[in-house]
Amino acid sequence: MRSRTFSRGLTALLLPALLATACVDEPGGGAGASGDEIKVGILHSLSGTMAISEVTVRDAELLAVEEINAKGGVLGKKLVPVTEDGASDWPTFAEKAQKLISQDKVATVFGGWTSASRKAMLPVFERNKALLWYPVQYEGLESSPYIFYTGATTNQQIVPALDYLAAQGKKKMFLVGSDYVFPRTANKIIKAYAAAKGIEVLGEEYTPLGHTEYSTLVNKIADAKPDAVFNTLNGDSNVAFFKQLRGSGITPQTTPVVSVSVAEEEVKGIGPENVAGHLVAWNYYQTTTTPANDAFVKAFKAKYGADKVTSDPMEAGYNAVYLWAEAVKKAGTTEVEAVRKAAGGITIEAPEGTTTIDGDNQHVAKTARIGLVQADGQIKEVWSSPGPIKPDPYLRSYDWAGGLS
Amino acid sequence: MTWGRISLVVCVVLLALAPLTLSPFRLGLLAKYLCFAIVAVGIALAWGQGGMLTLGQGVFFGLGGYAMAMYLKLEEAGSAGLPDFMVWSGVEELPALWKPFGNPVFALAAVVLVPGLVAFLLGLLVFRQRVRGAYFAILSQALAAAFVILLVGQQGLTGGTNGMTNFTGFFGLDLTDPNGQRAVYAIAALVLGVLFLVAKLLVRSRFGRLLVAVRDGEDRVRFLGYDPALVKTITFTVSAVMAGLAGALFVPVVGIISPAMLGIVPSLELLVGVAVGGRFVLAGAIAGAIAVNYAKTLFSEDFAEGWLYLQGGLFVLVLVFAPKGLAGVVESVRERFGRKPVEVTA
Amino acid sequence: MGALANQLPIGLSIAAVLLLIALGLTFTFGQMGVINMAHGEFIMAGAYTAFLLQGVTSQSFLIALPVAFAVAGLMGLLLEWSLIRRFYGRPLDTLLLTWGVSLVLQQLARDLFGAPNVQVTAPGWLVGGVDVLGLRLPYNRVFIIGLAVVCVVGVWLYLTRLPAGRRMRAVVQNRELAAYSGIATGRVDRFTFLLGSGLAGVAGVALTLVGPVGPSLGTFYIVDAFLVVVAGGLGQLRGAVLAAVALGFLNGYLEFWTDASLAKVLVFVAIIAFLQVRPQGMFVLKGRALV
Repeated sequence: MRSRTFSRGLTALLLPALLATACVDEPGGGAGASGDEIKVGILHSLSGTMAISEVTVRDAELLAVEEINAKGGVLGKKLVPVTEDGASDWPTFAEKAQKLISQDKVATVFGGWTSASRKAMLPVFERNKALLWYPVQYEGLESSPYIFYTGATTNQQIVPALDYLAAQGKKKMFLVGSDYVFPRTANKIIKAYAAAKGIEVLGEEYTPLGHTEYSTLVNKIADAKPDAVFNTLNGDSNVAFFKQLRGSGITPQTTPVVSVSVAEEEVKGIGPENVAGHLVAWNYYQTTTTPANDAFVKAFKAKYGADKVTSDPMEAGYNAVYLWAEAVKKAGTTEVEAVRKAAGGITIEAPEGTTTIDGDNQHVAKTARIGLVQADGQIKEVWSSPGPIKPDPYLRSYDWAGGLS
Repeated sequence: MTWGRISLVVCVVLLALAPLTLSPFRLGLLAKYLCFAIVAVGIALAWGQGGMLTLGQGVFFGLGGYAMAMYLKLEEAGSAGLPDFMVWSGVEELPALWKPFGNPVFALAAVVLVPGLVAFLLGLLVFRQRVRGAYFAILSQALAAAFVILLVGQQGLTGGTNGMTNFTGFFGLDLTDPNGQRAVYAIAALVLGVLFLVAKLLVRSRFGRLLVAVRDGEDRVRFLGYDPALVKTITFTVSAVMAGLAGALFVPVVGIISPAMLGIVPSLELLVGVAVGGRFVLAGAIAGAIAVNYAKTLFSEDFAEGWLYLQGGLFVLVLVFAPKGLAGVVESVRERFGRKPVEVTA
Repeated sequence: MGALANQLPIGLSIAAVLLLIALGLTFTFGQMGVINMAHGEFIMAGAYTAFLLQGVTSQSFLIALPVAFAVAGLMGLLLEWSLIRRFYGRPLDTLLLTWGVSLVLQQLARDLFGAPNVQVTAPGWLVGGVDVLGLRLPYNRVFIIGLAVVCVVGVWLYLTRLPAGRRMRAVVQNRELAAYSGIATGRVDRFTFLLGSGLAGVAGVALTLVGPVGPSLGTFYIVDAFLVVVAGGLGQLRGAVLAAVALGFLNGYLEFWTDASLAKVLVFVAIIAFLQVRPQGMFVLKGRALV
């Protein structure tokens, strides 16, 4: 009986909800380059599990915007950042990207971290013919005309790390990764490399994202006795892995772990004493010595606090803003197709050294660096490539990688 | 009596006008809320009427969504090609599991049957053993967690954490075109309307009264000679089918389906909407789902970091001060204005 | 073979972690039927207590244990007193209510301590490990196993030897009868919540030895904790212990033979299957209540 009278009257409840949605349309608006302002979108996870990593990239991007404005902006106009929260949720990334493009009409978007968030945004940018600058090292095998990739692709991070290990005489490897696209693709590449170069892969293990129980995995590693462990774990799992590895008797001297997703920020969370002596592979460290980096680190600490560290993805996000600004200056407009055309060959002196946009695949030529984690949480460079490595997202220039793409 | 009917008409008119007044972006968002509202109808049935707090509704949403996504991906890839994510996952031949999904009839049937069947079997197992209340809630939560891990682990089959993205067509509609998007919106609105009516009929029927009786005194119903396990299983199955349909519509509306949509947190967020709107009233649940999701969009556009406070706080406030949700508030207002009192149990 | 044998202490240490995170829940969930989704955030509060105290004295890690018990316990007390006591008899609503609370606490942690993980340095005497008969025993694992044993024994003594504990058991078995016999059930409830939440705080300190310390910490453990309680049976100390040990070894060996993802799924399946046989968990409180 109850529900009968009830629901009749209460269908009225739909009214406010629907009216609200219907009435509040098109707030803001305005073109990307109207008046003396240029709107740029910044889209990272500010809440949820990925906030831990992405908030710092947003900070670096905002710093770059601020610096550019201090020097007079771009084309005589000030950059106005519009920040959105991807909430660590891939559909939200797609939704917010669409919102930045069609509601805010931004000139370009800087954003994303996980492969999943990029894959979710890709169709949105391609459909709207808008630009995304993606600042994180990733698994390659992609080259969208509407995305610029300012982080490393596999031949600028994973392949050099393998070369380094091979040169050190490491013959037996164990692969550990979180269960998602980047580790699985990375390990596919590693196995192809190993097969060609006579390196033995003793084990390949994946754990769910957010996994915190690593004693069994550590036991498997101890049992296999590899020369090195290649670690593609993500986020919080690294903390648990290194803490539990330390008690097991596996030391960096006997079995170094090479990580490709552990940077200065993560070292702080793991505790430097738990990861000191292990290796990481990136294109930039806070300790990298270039004039641009001195200025970057100083400015970052001045803006966000002296205890803050800088890391590779932050630097790649910072570079992205500058690279885009240079391309706009060269094009003389923020119009997407013109910027894309102008972008090829753009070079800046970034904190990591000279970085150049490759016009063919819209990736960036970067110097590869292997680092050793120090007891103070900083990373010391122990090897670097002779110069910037030309990006090759499909690994076409490597004959052992024939079957991969 | 009549103003309920009037508001229903107004709602229909508003929903019909939306495509004319809203930008494609906002219309897409509204269509997404409607998908969640469809799930909310199912939850209101299972939870509000049946007392089964299901935290695993995301599983059925996902089953429906993936079934639809598999068909759309195959449609796009053509007869010889492979879906894009398989190419970069290193899969060379179409897995056997995928093959029947090339057929639209099979895929549409799967959208309804797979979630329904899974829910039916699970319900039979669980409710026969008289697992209920908190136990059921926790079990359904564990189910959602296990399902997500399973999906993520089978990257070659499911796209892993990335899920499936980049859908351009939906049964001949062009999803990149505003008219195609309007059509998809219309389908979502229509499905919601039909399912709302079905749920209403169910609630008003003899079965619906039995369901409420099971909620309020399961053992007593058993002593009267009915089988409460069957009543619950059927209701649970119906709510799962609704979630599956919503998932299937979500794919063309949002253009992505991934495990992130199916875990515990999204399942709980769906409950927030239902609780806020009023779980005992179907229309209240729908309104709640739309309102909460709309609020989420609005607040995360303006102050992203505060959304969790607001969402958590809203939830606490509603449960403490208005346990029957907005619907309960409206009811008490109506009573005050001299309407005939409405009898409420539980 | 060596590796297989090595899984024995590993299974035991997984069991110890499970037991520590679930022990408090056997009280709040078991006694009061409150599905406290914020239990994970009380664990988090314990971990952050260890973070804040480190460096204060040379033994701050040990000091953190009782302090975390107090901090998390008081948070639990506050939660019970301000919100949960309005919700008795509505167990499913407590689930949603405490989930809302847990969202707020997570964001609060993010605002207070920042989104990235913080570092808790393990005391020197817990670093490293020892080989016993070819089995590798990391000191931090030995400590966690020891702490779990101490907590269980402490709880057992409390329940069986102290009047307050006996009152608590009386309320678990029959709330109304206990109330008629003059037990202030409201006060017992509040104290139960303090105890259960405090144990979560202790677990949080211990978990800093092996896991991350960040705003999402609670979400990593909460589902596992509930599964232990469900498998063990409500309000049953021995059930929780047995379930934790069983799940610990199951987890350890399944992961050893398959992989981490599959092991997790198989454990879930095992629990659902087990509940088919024993729908109320391992140990059931006999009662005549009609539902």
